[in-house]
Amino acid sequence: MNLFNIIEEIEKIDPEFTDRINPRRQVIKNITSFGSKVALAAMPFALGTMFKKAYAADPAVSVVDVLNYALTLEYLESYFYNQGTAAKGLIPDRDASYIADVTDDENKHVIFLQTVIKQLGGTPVTAPKFDLTAGNGSGKGPFADVLTNYKTFLAVAQAFEDTGVRAYKGQAPNLLGNQVVLTAALSIHAVEARHASAIRYLRCHRGYATIDPWINSTSTKGNDTGISLVDGNYKGENNVMQGGVDVTKLPGSKPGDTISVKNATAAFDEPLSMADVLALLVGSFIVH
Amino acid sequence: MKTETTRDSGGAPLHRRTFLQYAGAGAAAAGLFAAGCRKESAAVNTTQTANGIDIGMGDPAILNYAYALEQLEAAFYIEVVKTPYAGITDHEALLFTEICEHEVIHREFFKAALGAGAIPDLTPDFSKIDFTNRTSVLTYAKAFEDTGVAAYDGVGYLIQNPDYLTIAGKIVSVEARHAAYIRNLIQLGDYAGADVIDMNGLNNTKTIAEVLAIANSFLKTKVSASHYNYVA
Repeated sequence: MNLFNIIEEIEKIDPEFTDRINPRRQVIKNITSFGSKVALAAMPFALGTMFKKAYAADPAVSVVDVLNYALTLEYLESYFYNQGTAAKGLIPDRDASYIADVTDDENKHVIFLQTVIKQLGGTPVTAPKFDLTAGNGSGKGPFADVLTNYKTFLAVAQAFEDTGVRAYKGQAPNLLGNQVVLTAALSIHAVEARHASAIRYLRCHRGYATIDPWINSTSTKGNDTGISLVDGNYKGENNVMQGGVDVTKLPGSKPGDTISVKNATAAFDEPLSMADVLALLVGSFIVH
Repeated sequence: MKTETTRDSGGAPLHRRTFLQYAGAGAAAAGLFAAGCRKESAAVNTTQTANGIDIGMGDPAILNYAYALEQLEAAFYIEVVKTPYAGITDHEALLFTEICEHEVIHREFFKAALGAGAIPDLTPDFSKIDFTNRTSVLTYAKAFEDTGVAAYDGVGYLIQNPDYLTIAGKIVSVEARHAAYIRNLIQLGDYAGADVIDMNGLNNTKTIAEVLAIANSFLKTKVSASHYNYVA
């Protein structure tokens, strides 16, 4: 499965797809709300079936497909941090090694995934063209100062890391029972979560944002970053139902205590489907 | 999907298969987690041992394994919040209270989800931890969180039900967030140190036997996993 075959498939069902994800039209709306429309309304039959099968632990999505999807996300993260590192005067000296460690991990993930895909007899996808401003190649997207303003750089970093965690989590069922690949994917997933926590902590530590290392949602809003442009990346993080259990109804730490929505949502990170993640990225950060 | 063959009671295997088919059909709806687990009763899957409990086998065993670790973490942070270490900042106190809540939620979630199949309450032994000392608390907090991450990642492939796997995934990334935060408190920038990340940028993993050997050093009630090569 090629990343862009998915887009073509969606276009067959939804001819306006390209228009809709075109940032020249309505970039904010697209970034924040398009994912749900793809997932619920415009998902082609083939994809829908694929995800149902995936849910049933019948891996219709091949392991190599999952790994190429992961590789695409790692290409984006790796490109982002490498560009940030190369941008003169962007990262302050005092944070240089902090960011360098994240960069190093992402570059290693790219090489690791390429290697595993080849070992499985697959062909690693090549990196798509990226626009870190989320402008679909215009370089003038909503994050136009991403490589000149450190605060914007960290805000985008956080959205990428939090979304990366969700993306890997969403693929775990497609790798059910696969000791080597699932374990590797979960291990990258955990590192992305460490990065997410680290970027959040750094933003708080430097006084750029009042934010915790974990995602504290409200009952109506998953996004706790204060950046409404990335609402879509946090859609569903406000879920409090886990395995049929309403977490807010569980006993608290002391008799009589209740569980807040903030803590209930922070205690569980939510997955995102492949379709949702691609809808968030393609046409903005991934040039289409 | 692997079907369990080792059962103590006749008649139960049919329930097990029915449940797996039901879950496997993608019809998993709210409540299935709890309902499914109730069928996996404690009488079948967990057994008393001379010094504690054995988690049994299959998905209920993995869930009980997670439940055991969450009990330990929750008990630790309840103590941290109750007796804050000397020199704790307001921000640290706030975030430790939140971490405590997360761990209590995880504990109570597994307890509710496992129902009658849950292992009993475990009695912790924190005698080697000096809760008044920041270094001592942070050192053990880091150990608990890093071990928790490695534990979840290490058993993911053993989970047969995709819904359970997703739940484990939802929790492990929160443990990783905790781990990175605590490591940053100890040393800024050590959120993913070389002791927990390998040369490919992957988090390390630990087997059930490795994790329980660590966990049991903080537990009076010993947890065994005889089906996974570990007896306390």
